[in-house]
Amino acid sequence: MTHLHDDKIKFLEEKALEIRKSIIESLVEAKSGHTAGPLGMADIFTAFYFHILKHDPKNPTWEDRDRVVLSNGHICPVLYATMAHVGYFPVEELKTLRKFGTRLQGHPHREYLPMLETSSGPLGQGLSQAVGMAIIDRLDRGHNSNRTTYCFLGDGELNEGQIWEAAMLAGREKLHNLVAIVDRNNIQIDGFTEDVMPLEPLALKWAAFGWHVLEIDGHNMSAIVDAVDTARAIFEKPSVIIAHTIPGKGVEMFEHDYKWHGNPPNKEQGVNAMAELRTLGGQIQSEHE
Amino acid sequence: MIPLNPKLFDTDVEQAPIRQGFGEGLVLAGRADERVVAMCCDLTESTKMDAFAKEFPKRFFEMGIMEQSSASVASGMAAMGKIPFVSSYAMFSPGRNWEQIRTNICYNDRPVKIAGSHAGVSVGPDGGTHQAIEDIAITRVMPNMTVITPCDSIEARKATLAMAKTNSPTYIRLAREKTPIITTEDTPFEIGKAQEFFRSASAPKVGIVACGSLVYNALMAAKELEGEGIGTVVLNIGTVKPIDRESVIALAKECSAIVTVEEHQVAGGMGSAVAEVLSAEHPTKMVFVGVHDKFGQSGTPEELVRHYGMDKDSIKNAVRKLIP
Repeated sequence: MTHLHDDKIKFLEEKALEIRKSIIESLVEAKSGHTAGPLGMADIFTAFYFHILKHDPKNPTWEDRDRVVLSNGHICPVLYATMAHVGYFPVEELKTLRKFGTRLQGHPHREYLPMLETSSGPLGQGLSQAVGMAIIDRLDRGHNSNRTTYCFLGDGELNEGQIWEAAMLAGREKLHNLVAIVDRNNIQIDGFTEDVMPLEPLALKWAAFGWHVLEIDGHNMSAIVDAVDTARAIFEKPSVIIAHTIPGKGVEMFEHDYKWHGNPPNKEQGVNAMAELRTLGGQIQSEHE
Repeated sequence: MIPLNPKLFDTDVEQAPIRQGFGEGLVLAGRADERVVAMCCDLTESTKMDAFAKEFPKRFFEMGIMEQSSASVASGMAAMGKIPFVSSYAMFSPGRNWEQIRTNICYNDRPVKIAGSHAGVSVGPDGGTHQAIEDIAITRVMPNMTVITPCDSIEARKATLAMAKTNSPTYIRLAREKTPIITTEDTPFEIGKAQEFFRSASAPKVGIVACGSLVYNALMAAKELEGEGIGTVVLNIGTVKPIDRESVIALAKECSAIVTVEEHQVAGGMGSAVAEVLSAEHPTKMVFVGVHDKFGQSGTPEELVRHYGMDKDSIKNAVRKLIP
């Protein structure tokens, strides 16, 4: 990967906008599902699928691909929307989200959508699976394997003890080919994370388990790409990128409100959200242009 | 007739722990297929994974006391093309990590092999906390899962080799204590196939369906009953899931009643699996030998098996109950 040019940033920000629109549309259509997390992670997923990941939407089982584990499966609307926009399946299919017979199950199921590395939803289990993948990548291809295993985690799910089992194991194994990305949006279903079950000092916790820790603004395309570049350059440890994000990012009504964790917009709210959605270009990095 | 140990009914019959056969089988599976990897939760010697760890150090992973993570890590390894074996005590795997096995392994249909050692009350002095008598119920309820309950060390070795060759999530139930060797090197083993281990000289009135460490008690009971003029057939259910429906139905059709024998809770166990088949296909009067809604406790294996009504005499009484 190389540092992003302004054109590329603009391209990614516009993609992220399209993906946000698709998220809203699919949720309105589904009449259930999670809103805040998917919108908050739209920039990161766009950066990954349109720039960072080594993958081939036309050949999902390509052996040399990077591996992606979405641990917090409930934010799958962003995964599905991004995968559709990058060419894994038709964008039109997003309207089947959560409906009977759909490949886009309410929480991802690889029997229905085999291009997924794993099924997910029950929290706290993704990192262990990613650790298993990274261990085998190293066993089969040695330390100079050019495949990276990425694991997306919610911050609320860090309440789960299994996360720290996996963190301990990854630390012992010094899995430099493993990068975890924590969506630090500070909300979970019952409230703000620091009220429900405090996570701070979060960076120190990961560091204490033997991880290299990076903290970024999760809506800044350059910062996202640079952080992954740095993480991949760290050779002696696994890396975690704590991405500070705004839940519901892009639609003011949804932003920072934990009530939107697990609810979809209704039709009218959806129309308002679509009208309001603006590209993040002009908001963050491209502001000066 | 299926070849069995000629010394089976002798007092000096050889004994070996079922878990030992697993350890031997795992090494053979590792030699046969380099995709086989193994991990253990701080019980490597106890679950008999030590031989594999020694021969294949790079393919063995010490997981520490992390049963939940181990099941998920194994799923990730299987996603990368491996055939991972995970061992611990059955109480903790598949006990503690049931949901990880369900969602990461079975829901994904990954060929992860769970080896639960120290199953049943015959763990003995460790007490009820460590005596898994629910594991058949919680594993057989999961779609895609195969559940194997070897009756002796030799069968355990063959079962381990056989399960390493399938693409299915599989649970193998192992016991701690030495138990009599029932089968021989020549006894065939096939996943999903039940085997008739005993048929009395006189016409059988009761069919005994047994699994795991209690197959021996069932055989001893059948032998004595034969001497008392009560004819039986003993069927070894090496695989609880998928259960050998044909053999179970045929047995019920031949005998007027069935006794099931397992070192497990009666609720949800092997007997329940047999009843599910028979109640639909050939309703048959049954008596269930097993633990009846109680937890285990400390004691010697013999004391406990007798206390919970799973010894030879209890099996004989169960059969007699069904003789009109």
